[in-house]
Amino acid sequence: MKKYVFRRLLVAIPSLLIASFIVFLLPRLLPGDVVQLMLEEKAYGKDLEELRAKMGLNRPFYVQYWEWLGKVVRGDLGESLWTRRPVIEELARRLPVSLELGFLALIFAIIIALPIGVLAAIRQDSIPDYVARSLAILGLSVPGFWIATLVVLLPAIWWGWSPPIQFTEFTKDRWAHIAQFILPAFILGVASAAAIMRLTRAMLLEVLRQDYVRTAWAKGLREGVVVAKHSLKNAVIPVVTVLGIQIAQILGGTVIFEQIFGLPGMGRFLFDAINQRDYPVIQGVNLVIVSVVVTMNLVVDAMYALLDPRIRY
Amino acid sequence: MANHVQTLPASATPLSRPARRPGWLGVLWTFCRRKPLGALGGVLVLVMILMAIFANLIAPYSYDETIRGARMKAPGAQFWMGTDNLGRDIFSRVVYGARVSVSVGFGAVLLANFLAATIGITSGYFGGKYDICVQRVVDAWQSFPFLIVILSIMAVLGPGLLNVILALGTLGAAAASRVIRGATISVAQNQYIEAARAVGAGHFRIMVRYIFPNVAATIIILATIGLGGAILAESALSFLGFGVPPPYPAWGAMLSGSGRSYMYTAPWMAIWPGAAISLAVFGFNMLGDALRDILDPRLRGAGGGRLR
Repeated sequence: MKKYVFRRLLVAIPSLLIASFIVFLLPRLLPGDVVQLMLEEKAYGKDLEELRAKMGLNRPFYVQYWEWLGKVVRGDLGESLWTRRPVIEELARRLPVSLELGFLALIFAIIIALPIGVLAAIRQDSIPDYVARSLAILGLSVPGFWIATLVVLLPAIWWGWSPPIQFTEFTKDRWAHIAQFILPAFILGVASAAAIMRLTRAMLLEVLRQDYVRTAWAKGLREGVVVAKHSLKNAVIPVVTVLGIQIAQILGGTVIFEQIFGLPGMGRFLFDAINQRDYPVIQGVNLVIVSVVVTMNLVVDAMYALLDPRIRY
Repeated sequence: MANHVQTLPASATPLSRPARRPGWLGVLWTFCRRKPLGALGGVLVLVMILMAIFANLIAPYSYDETIRGARMKAPGAQFWMGTDNLGRDIFSRVVYGARVSVSVGFGAVLLANFLAATIGITSGYFGGKYDICVQRVVDAWQSFPFLIVILSIMAVLGPGLLNVILALGTLGAAAASRVIRGATISVAQNQYIEAARAVGAGHFRIMVRYIFPNVAATIIILATIGLGGAILAESALSFLGFGVPPPYPAWGAMLSGSGRSYMYTAPWMAIWPGAAISLAVFGFNMLGDALRDILDPRLRGAGGGRLR
């Protein structure tokens, strides 16, 4: 187990390096010149060349990358070109918000998807199964930002209630802080829940038709034991894989949901940075997001080994 | 397996069972009877495509026509879905919006499946080191958060119909290529492939003439399901302001901007475009699911066999 995790860790390093290069490359491909923009709007320097030199943007591309990488390893993500504040400082404030939102969304997705998926599989072609499957397709079809809009809009029209716009810090009011995440996290989790539920159902159906499951039935075991102990553990392995992909999607979704619900997280930070061509911020946010995804994939791989003792590299 | 065969529902038998080959109308009728929800999906898809093609005939007004004295009118007999803050008829804009969704959907899916088929078939057919390398790239491709990559790409390319298609098409290829690769591996093990090689067919000929037709069903299913996803992704991009530039109406864009700022006074502005997106994607998903069940039971993951 330890050896397996260690090997996975080694494999993660090159993928992180490749990802870091892509992350560094992407914002440099943006059309429009940040130096030009800054000179016009904020008058940071006398002329283009001086400003470029000031920000280190006049040196060769690979030198910039190497220097950036060296700083990243030491925990320095540079400073925002607009606000002049260290990116890492800003991220430290915003990352917890996005992680909290994403984590809650994932929890919602799992606690909705697993029981419904199991129920739909063990009662295949029953009314609950049809309802669950139709709801799942609906969940995959309705755009999250529209549900979010309706959730904000309809109660406001019908009862004059709307969710609070002001962000509450955890230290100020614990319950109000968590409560403001419930709604966006739930809606963000719905689409993932639909995908996870469909896969759980399909995989469980596959497993339920295996010979050893019939043996379990033949031994006279109760349904609960056959499903939970003999079947679910084997069915859930591909589900864990999809969970890894869903984590990436949920993190992407935070961009939209932080916008709608006014949460000061990374997604919003990134969206503003892209619009302002703030290279260090775009790089920093993307790097953090990619690192989170790679880490989560590591966790997923470790879970494989836990779930299926046959998996060894 | 006796128990399993016994309880197999009649609807699980494939369409090709009758000895006499039914005409296409017969096939259509059987499809509607066996998969009513899939048929409903097909109808929704058809309505959407017709709406896109004949938008100028169906829409009572032009999409950017400001109607005098009709600012933010509630839905009624004259304006079925009301008007927006600039006095434009929302029904007409929704009808024209179908054009964006249909062209982005089909364009992106065509591109994605062309790329996916190329990658998947070669990767599955050649195998070995080539396969391993390609699959690692596909891994990396899939593990990036979709929306974030696409935002970055769109920021590079700039807004526009063609750019949205390009971005969505290249990104959508990764997942589909996996499935096509899997199908290719199982097809490539057949004896007729060996026979083809024995009579001297080259790699290209084997892939195009022998493997492609046998994975075509898989590709069609992936495309149908992918269409829903592409339309959804396009609406998210438009919502964030990286889609087709105004004043041309895209459903996602109608929900953001003025749609959001005026939604408390004119809620219909924020309701109809979203309903249009949902119905369209719902239609494609339903149709795709039904097609998958009928065309390729291998992809179904779950056949018959009720537990009790």
